[in-house]
Amino acid sequence: MFARRALVSALAPVILFSACTSSSESQGQTTLNVYAASSLATPFAFAALAYEKNHPGVKVQFNLGASSDLARFIQEGAPADVFASADITNMDKVESQDLLDSQSFIFATTYLEIIVEKGNPLNISSLQDLTDPDLIFVTTNPEVPIGRYTAEALEKASVTVTPDSLESNVKGIMLKVASGEADAGIVYHSEVIAADDQVEGVEIPTEFNIVAEFPIGIIKNSANKKEAQRFIDYLLSPVGQSLLTQYGFQTP
Amino acid sequence: MRQSPRHRQRLPWPISAIALFAVAFILSPFIGLLWRTPWSKFTDIVLEQEIRDALWLSLKTSLMTAILCVIFGVPLAWLLARVNFPGRRFIRALMTLSMVLPPVVGGIALLYTFGRRGLIGQYLDSWFGIRLPFTTAAVVMAQCFVAMPFLVLSVEAGLRQLDTRFEDVARTLGGSRWYVFRQVTLPSIKPSLIAGLVLAWARALGEFGATITFAGNLPGTTQTMPLATYAALDSNPESALILSLVMVAVAFSILIALRERWLGRADQGLAL
Repeated sequence: MFARRALVSALAPVILFSACTSSSESQGQTTLNVYAASSLATPFAFAALAYEKNHPGVKVQFNLGASSDLARFIQEGAPADVFASADITNMDKVESQDLLDSQSFIFATTYLEIIVEKGNPLNISSLQDLTDPDLIFVTTNPEVPIGRYTAEALEKASVTVTPDSLESNVKGIMLKVASGEADAGIVYHSEVIAADDQVEGVEIPTEFNIVAEFPIGIIKNSANKKEAQRFIDYLLSPVGQSLLTQYGFQTP
Repeated sequence: MRQSPRHRQRLPWPISAIALFAVAFILSPFIGLLWRTPWSKFTDIVLEQEIRDALWLSLKTSLMTAILCVIFGVPLAWLLARVNFPGRRFIRALMTLSMVLPPVVGGIALLYTFGRRGLIGQYLDSWFGIRLPFTTAAVVMAQCFVAMPFLVLSVEAGLRQLDTRFEDVARTLGGSRWYVFRQVTLPSIKPSLIAGLVLAWARALGEFGATITFAGNLPGTTQTMPLATYAALDSNPESALILSLVMVAVAFSILIALRERWLGRADQGLAL
């Protein structure tokens, strides 16, 4: 039962997106292609629903994934209008090739949390507890933002943890822990909120924690720059900001 | 002068043009790959520890898969081809299903069956302490799941085409069932067995979706060539290109090696 719920929760954003993209194209409709870090899936899905309601004729289409994947797609000329990255490094890859319309800026921040199976059966309370060699710990490649943030936090705490798997993105970590296959992982606080009660979060003390900064920018080659700016404005509006805070992000 | 019938047949030009377009479509990505390959770094990258680990792991697991596919697949194919039993159609449909299923779906299914909290996996864990995800065994399981049907269906088709009178004769001459299977049946289906084996092995070598979902991705343990290629796209796109090229070369050399001897004759083998 638990596993099934975990699966449904992992797929929920996907289903939600396909639901809002499957409506038939009508004439004069603008499709806004938003390339967003997979950690933004939940707040962005709700933001898009509300935005489309207020802006008839606009369809927000997401491409969600590891920011490093998305940055590579954009570098290879993918038709993105907006890019929201989970770290500055991957935004810089795009910015340094002069692919942004104007400078990117930080629109949300969050911090890290350890996630464990519900009920915390192994009583994990600190980063130190993750060093147990029998514990199954999953993270991502260091090119994916969450993988690098995780390495930074572990280094701050002078802790060496050997991962059992390097998942493709933060959702992969969530799935493996929520399904009980992995014992622990480190994800954004916002993921813990979005996961509802599928997993349990264990706080990481501020001294070892990091601030994960999420930049956003408009792509230079976009044919919908005005609409892209309007979508970003919406995210920065009180309604957009309250959505972000509701799902565990801080706003600047 | 006599011409072979093939030479005499002339296709209408639009058909040829469309066919050429299809060829160009399949061929051009390979040229694109060669075009972007950083040849000067080829040996350096191929000799990197992580790449060698991935290559070795891929060879090891895919050969293991090929062996398991033969051990379990041939008896199943025999059963499907020769014995009329209720549920035969269901089993054949099942084989086709796992063949056409997106591998990632197979991976999720494996995870929720053989994972630590899975249908069967929970007992493997609590009774025997066996945990499959994140192990090399899980890689082999994922590969078997997607590759086995290729062997089963190919061998089954071979068995069906076989004239059973040879076996009948051998049996009337006093051969035991086992003797007849080894001495008559097996040699006759060799082309389809080898074709099925090659297809299954190639499929196992290229397995990505089920592996990353069920077995995870860790260099040296579960990171096979396709997973390493995908991971390298992020960190070092040049390595990804060279890894891709190595896999193309491996696949190509298998086809070349087996071209005339078996694949040509067995091309009618995989009739679904």
